[in-house]
Amino acid sequence: MKQLLGEFVGTFLRNRGAAAGLVVLALVGLAAATADLLFPFSPWDMRGGPFMRPGEMDLLLGSDSLGRDVAAGIAYGARVSLLIGAVSTAVAVLVGITLGAVAGYAGGTVDDAIMRFTEFFQTVPSFLLAVVLVAIFSPSLGSIVAAIAIVSWPPVARVIRAEFLSLRNREFVQAAEVLGRSRTAIVFREILPNALSPIIVLASLMVASAILLESGLSFLGLGDPNMISWGFMIGAGRSVIRIAWWMSVFPGVAIFLTVLALNLVGEGLSDALNPRLARRR
Amino acid sequence: MRKLTRRALARQGLVAGTLAAGLSSQALTSRSASAQTPAVTPKKGGTLNTILTPEPPVLVLGVNNQGPTQLAASKLYQGLLQYSFKLEPLPQLAKSWTLSDDKKTYTFKLQENVKFHDGHPMTADDVIFSIMKYHTELSPRAKPIFANIESATAPDPLTVVLTLKRPFEPFLLMFDATASAIVPKHIYDGTEYRTNPANQKPIGTGPFQFVEWQRGNFIRMKRFADYWGKDQPYLDEIIYRIIPDSQSRALALQTGQVQLTQANDIEPFDVPRFKAMPNLEVQLIGWEYSSQLAWIEINHRVKPLGDVRVRQAINMAIDRNFIRDRLWFGIGKQATGPICSTTKFYDPAVAKLSGYNPKAAMALLDAAGLKPDAKGIRFTIKHMPLPYGEVWTRFSEYFRTSLRQIGIEVVLETVDAGAWARRIGDWDYETSVNFLSQFGDPTLGVERSYVSTNIKKVTFTNTGGYANPKVDELFTTARDADDPKVRQEAFSAVQKILCEEVPQIWFLELAWPTIHDKKLHNVIKTATGPNSSFDNVFLS
Repeated sequence: MKQLLGEFVGTFLRNRGAAAGLVVLALVGLAAATADLLFPFSPWDMRGGPFMRPGEMDLLLGSDSLGRDVAAGIAYGARVSLLIGAVSTAVAVLVGITLGAVAGYAGGTVDDAIMRFTEFFQTVPSFLLAVVLVAIFSPSLGSIVAAIAIVSWPPVARVIRAEFLSLRNREFVQAAEVLGRSRTAIVFREILPNALSPIIVLASLMVASAILLESGLSFLGLGDPNMISWGFMIGAGRSVIRIAWWMSVFPGVAIFLTVLALNLVGEGLSDALNPRLARRR
Repeated sequence: MRKLTRRALARQGLVAGTLAAGLSSQALTSRSASAQTPAVTPKKGGTLNTILTPEPPVLVLGVNNQGPTQLAASKLYQGLLQYSFKLEPLPQLAKSWTLSDDKKTYTFKLQENVKFHDGHPMTADDVIFSIMKYHTELSPRAKPIFANIESATAPDPLTVVLTLKRPFEPFLLMFDATASAIVPKHIYDGTEYRTNPANQKPIGTGPFQFVEWQRGNFIRMKRFADYWGKDQPYLDEIIYRIIPDSQSRALALQTGQVQLTQANDIEPFDVPRFKAMPNLEVQLIGWEYSSQLAWIEINHRVKPLGDVRVRQAINMAIDRNFIRDRLWFGIGKQATGPICSTTKFYDPAVAKLSGYNPKAAMALLDAAGLKPDAKGIRFTIKHMPLPYGEVWTRFSEYFRTSLRQIGIEVVLETVDAGAWARRIGDWDYETSVNFLSQFGDPTLGVERSYVSTNIKKVTFTNTGGYANPKVDELFTTARDADDPKVRQEAFSAVQKILCEEVPQIWFLELAWPTIHDKKLHNVIKTATGPNSSFDNVFLS
């Protein structure tokens, strides 16, 4: 087991892109974790004059239209982005796995019903659905997480169902059935562990898209008004971009780097978890 | 300079005699930027391209009285009067008027040869119909005031006599196109006004007549050949383009695609850029009639906001200079009290709010027994930002930060426009932001927000629930008195009390930039600014 893990880490790190992504992600995580220490004040506080250029008055990345520190906003915004990315992905994965597993294992009418339900969500453009949901339930951290989870579980369900369909007829599953093991045991002990690797890859990409979704929502003014986030900062800076480019550029760079890093990590995971690809190296 | 201009115009016989009276009283009051420009002879011809946003549902005044409708429809319809920047009545469809000695009977002499766009002559019957039936039914603002009219008669087709039950000093402020436009009786009488098919093709007496409206694209109106003003209007056409995106609007102005923008067409942060353009003129005057005052709306039922010390503390925690200069980019004027400085009976001697002073604010909160906890928080209140665009969101963020400085935690709740109006109307809020028009006279536009008799579950009443018998009494005195001096005394007293009790926390007298090509003349000449008829506007 230890050897397997070492091999996995080795393969993962051999992919330079993935390693770089991991470093960027670690930095973002660090910024989020130490935001309090780096900027021991609220990101909403006015720290200087409005529209100060990066570098002026110890404001590393300048100030916005109210004199708020853009750097502090990015650090505190990282918390919101990572939190929303992680929680909404966890919820979506949980819902997706449950529905996908039931559909794939049970088959028949249950499968049909669940898949039609899934397709219903897939046919609605996810961003629009998220906008509608947040607008209806009024923007708050909870409603945003829920909206993102609701629009992003269907791919998980489909992948899990496909894995279950192919795994449930394998010899080791049949052996377990012959041995008289319960259904829950078969699902949780035999099939699910073998179906997890694509989900891990998918999840890392989902975190990226959740961060993008959240940014899009806050950009449109549908973010939690009490929490600073990158999308909100871009939305607020967009209109004054001629006067203060730094207000929208730096949060934009933060989103870009984080999403890119998550994608690279996802790709690295995918390669490392795929035994066929790994052997070829 | 301005007088010279007028004389020059008059010499050339280009100013209709009927309008001269209006222009001369304007000459005394107008100190607009255009007053300094040299005389330019009005020239006929040309198309004015401008912007309308958002697209109005209908172009008939009365049926709809929202901002965009007023802007476009004020070219198609006219009222009896218009107003100078000092809010003195000027002639429009009424050539002259007199008031009887008992201050109850108003006699209007109408302009001659006024025709509706369908060729029907406009007479006193149309005026009486418009006032007594049409606007009394349609307009919540006109209804209580016109209900005070005991009789409306027409001794001859060009004379209207209105007799009031009780004298009402601000009565003449109810007669411009935006308050009570004159509509054709032969089309509307006996019909359901709101669903009358004629609403699709508006017919008024204005200098321009409706041509076509491609929904979502543009509204086109052309010169009305039978207009009563001599030689007027000068423009051949006005085209209102519907451009929903603010950046596209700014671009249209910058590239010269449109020659005029008004109201909320151009966002405040873009204004400095246009001020710097040599071919454009930016004017902030022309809103004296509506005089909108913005305030932090306080619900007095929520503890501890009913405590005057807490409201005074909040009042001292916000920096009005910062708000005007940084949030509104210098557009508008710092509020000094409940009455706008451009509204009648504003008294600068008593309208003095305590200035920005966070320390004193904290002392007041301490005195009110609201001590900070370990985190420095005295109490938490909720706040609904006004969902009318970015600048209002920024304001609410500023409000939260300012109050945090004195130990009040503000939690923002984002709502859409419908929910905002509903929750204000239901008293279902703690604090919010609101702005209301004052219509020239505190009795018409200020009283409604502070008297206890108007505490109603309706938006734009005294939704905060402020009640002070003395204030009620003073507003009643001012409403009933026919002597401006008595009214001034009452309004001065009320301003003093309200500035001490700050039932709402006023912060900005709103202004909207009118930006136009310097080739376009006479754009802002009255207190209704871009909502005037444009009969004297021309392109050189």
